[in-house]
Amino acid sequence: MSEACLFVIGATHHNAPLEVRERLVLASEGDIRKDLSPVAALRELAVLSTCNRVEFYGVASDLSAADSVQAAYCARQRFDVAEFERIRIRLTGRDAALHLFEVASGLDSQLLGENEIFGQVKEAYAAAQASGTAGAVLNRVFQKAFQAAKHVRTHTGISSGTVSVANVAVELASNIFGSLAAAKVLILGTGEIGEGTARAFKSRGAADLAVAGRRQERAAQVATGLGAGIVHFEERDSRLADFDIVVCSTASPTAVLSASAIGKAMRKRPARPLLVIDLALPRDVESSAADLQNVFLYNLDDLAKIAEANRTAREAEIARCRAILAHRADGLWSHVQPYLASGSGRGPESGGRTPGAAGHAAAP
Amino acid sequence: MFADLTDRQWLWCAAGFYTLGLLMGTVSLLRGQRASGVLIYGAILAGYLLQFVGLGVRGHATGGCPLGNRFEIFQFTAWSAITLYLVVGVTFRSSVLGYFTSCLGAALTLVSLSIPAWDAIRRAHIFGGNPWIELHAALAIFSYGVFGLTALTSALFLLRHFSLKSKHLGGWFSFLPSILDLDHIEFRLLGTGVALLTLALAFGSVYWSRDTATVGHAKLAATIAVWAAAALALGLRAIGRLLARRFAWTCLALFAAALLSLIPVDDSRHPETVQASERGAP
Repeated sequence: MSEACLFVIGATHHNAPLEVRERLVLASEGDIRKDLSPVAALRELAVLSTCNRVEFYGVASDLSAADSVQAAYCARQRFDVAEFERIRIRLTGRDAALHLFEVASGLDSQLLGENEIFGQVKEAYAAAQASGTAGAVLNRVFQKAFQAAKHVRTHTGISSGTVSVANVAVELASNIFGSLAAAKVLILGTGEIGEGTARAFKSRGAADLAVAGRRQERAAQVATGLGAGIVHFEERDSRLADFDIVVCSTASPTAVLSASAIGKAMRKRPARPLLVIDLALPRDVESSAADLQNVFLYNLDDLAKIAEANRTAREAEIARCRAILAHRADGLWSHVQPYLASGSGRGPESGGRTPGAAGHAAAP
Repeated sequence: MFADLTDRQWLWCAAGFYTLGLLMGTVSLLRGQRASGVLIYGAILAGYLLQFVGLGVRGHATGGCPLGNRFEIFQFTAWSAITLYLVVGVTFRSSVLGYFTSCLGAALTLVSLSIPAWDAIRRAHIFGGNPWIELHAALAIFSYGVFGLTALTSALFLLRHFSLKSKHLGGWFSFLPSILDLDHIEFRLLGTGVALLTLALAFGSVYWSRDTATVGHAKLAATIAVWAAAALALGLRAIGRLLARRFAWTCLALFAAALLSLIPVDDSRHPETVQASERGAP
């Protein structure tokens, strides 16, 4: 009786730069599953394919199945095997489980602690279940990965704070207005950074956006793209009182919003705070506006510092997260390993499915 | 077993739960984690129920609402603030407000329990069997509890304002509610407090107009001063003349003034007294 094993093989952003990952993107997960169906040793399989990684999690009756997966994958992608071996990750046993825990927790992500990966791992698992290739071992490993990821996200600061300037701006607005659904946002300037920030506001529920630009046709174009209204640039001072959040990113060499104009607007709406985000260089807003009551003025440096502080805070949590995940991976492995070593028909979960039934049914 | 507990023992247990909420929140904040809103809310709820029992036992013994001495007034004020928190806190969804409320509850109850002189003399039947006077007193102290919660919300507002102006948004500042939510709740709470105090004074004035000698000048002046200051702050806020930080500081000062006004209020009463030792209090 041979000893079964858990493995992961693939490539991630750590060793594969963008231009390489472009060549590694799976066009169709179904095709690779078909390619792998003749690999008899492969009992279970899950494929995690995102813009930052392609990983194959497998359970096999012997480790040669991992090489078969690699060969089939490289053949399908027309990717040189030797080159793949230089950039790949290849982990087995407890290390493979720990890797999945870290991936699901956002610890292995390019943007440390990001949440999107959790949903992507869930989708990969759901796809494996739907195609019948998730058996007793992968079920256990993925479910434990989800639990571990939820635990570290809840009990550590790995996901706290945001680390991009646009999202920091949105977070800042939430600290002032709570829900952004009723907040009115004015985008002054039609540059890429202003547009990106506007999209971030929209994605967080801000529904009432308006764009003002020095070039009217460009402002109209951006407004159409955002589903926003248009404000004439010359009317920006008189219309200022209508808005709660102003994002400035013009290329103007001088300030386009004076402290006196902001003060005048505030007199029309004294009880409602005004958040002014100045993303322009040179700055679009007179810095003395920060002294006005109920006005909160943040410039590009302020936002960058907050993003950097959040990133540092997240990085400070890495060791703690790794320790938690390693402990959980050890716990999981103490249940899974005896089952894999015995090759018995009983799954790692109490009353679990027989590996033969799961494995044969699951074999791609 | 519980039937043998005296009113003060119930109130000590209540103070213990408020302190537990305070400790849980402090530990979480020191660890840089968000305090568990459910756990803190649970601790406050347990303390509230125990305090309710303790005040009930005391009220039964004194034959009316337990507002006969400084100890009872402080206890009732804490209980009033927490009554409102238990209603508001659910919608507020802020474990930080729960933390601050447990601070207020623990401070008021522990201070009053730690000063035996405040409870050395208990006045029984202070309302002379007149339910309107009892309602007047209960509403007035309840409104002070509401001012207490307003002061807590104001403290949160000032912290959030500081974090936004100084651009420090991380750490436990990140657990604070939004500044606009805090401002709205501050305003509504102050409105509720003023409405309750107005009602209390309306009930009291009917009784007072029949016999003006029953209320001391110091009590009258202190109570009307607190009401006038609160009503003025509310009015100025409503017309946009008292905003943001100044409004928050005013609410804090108002609660301090309300607490201080309890001294002349308490000193002005001299009805039938009962020594604590006579009723076997610990």
